[in-house]
Amino acid sequence: MLLGISFGVVAQPLMGHIAPVVMSAIVFAGAAQFAATAVLADGGGAAAAIVAGILLNLRFIPMGIAIAPSLRASVASRAAVGQGMVDASWAMANRGGGRYDVPYMLGATLVQYPAWVAGAAIGVLANDVIGNPEDLGLDAIFPAFFLALLVNELRDGMSMAAALIGAALALALTPFVPPGIPVLAACAGAALGLVRR
Amino acid sequence: MSEVWITIGALAVATALIKASGPVVFGGRSLPPAALHVISLLAAALLSALVMTQTFADDQDLVFDARAAGLATAAGALALRRSLVVTMISAAAATALVRALT
Repeated sequence: MLLGISFGVVAQPLMGHIAPVVMSAIVFAGAAQFAATAVLADGGGAAAAIVAGILLNLRFIPMGIAIAPSLRASVASRAAVGQGMVDASWAMANRGGGRYDVPYMLGATLVQYPAWVAGAAIGVLANDVIGNPEDLGLDAIFPAFFLALLVNELRDGMSMAAALIGAALALALTPFVPPGIPVLAACAGAALGLVRR
Repeated sequence: MSEVWITIGALAVATALIKASGPVVFGGRSLPPAALHVISLLAAALLSALVMTQTFADDQDLVFDARAAGLATAAGALALRRSLVVTMISAAAATALVRALT
């Protein structure tokens, strides 16, 4: 909800009151929405904004492969389940050993979706009151949120090592490649799973 | 159509396709144990990368700004086993405070 509100606040000056809510409703991918909005606000144009959003969403490819073995249904319903992936519910549905609790993930997403859209609506309305969202430190909500999810993932030495490699890769690559790619590349940290235990 | 609406429409379609790709291509089959080990570590690697880029990256620049104070506060809140909402709000408050003072 807090994240949704901050998107509405950030997007309103550029997009007006309707578009941020529509975007939250049909794109439903927080990092991509923020990135595309930032590019447009900087005058980068639609093509650059779309590319930025897509780059940040590429992480859903490995995330989708991760849940794939836990899916047994038809192609159409698998495609539909894929739409139910968002960072938080995907991470919380991780049961270890490569298994994902798909019904749990979908339930968690179902709760987050209305909060995300309603948050954007509140955010666009609150924009006039709040002013500059950075004055309230709203941009620090995201790392705090992801850190809380990360803590739940650190089960053993292997997961801590994978997290350290992921963090190091992301920081090392940031100066050299467009935003979104460092996070995608950091997934390589999971290759540690190939080491025999 | 304005740039904003073109961006929204294209991202909606692209995101749906990207999210569908993994489950459609790899769904319904069993993967070898090594692949499952890799999968079980994906979340840790991905989330820690997101923490880093959301705190220390400004586009392609590495920066150390008020968000670092927010992250440290969040870590403290989590160490004290505070709830997610308390963690996020305290991180925002710490960041806002540091920005106001600097």
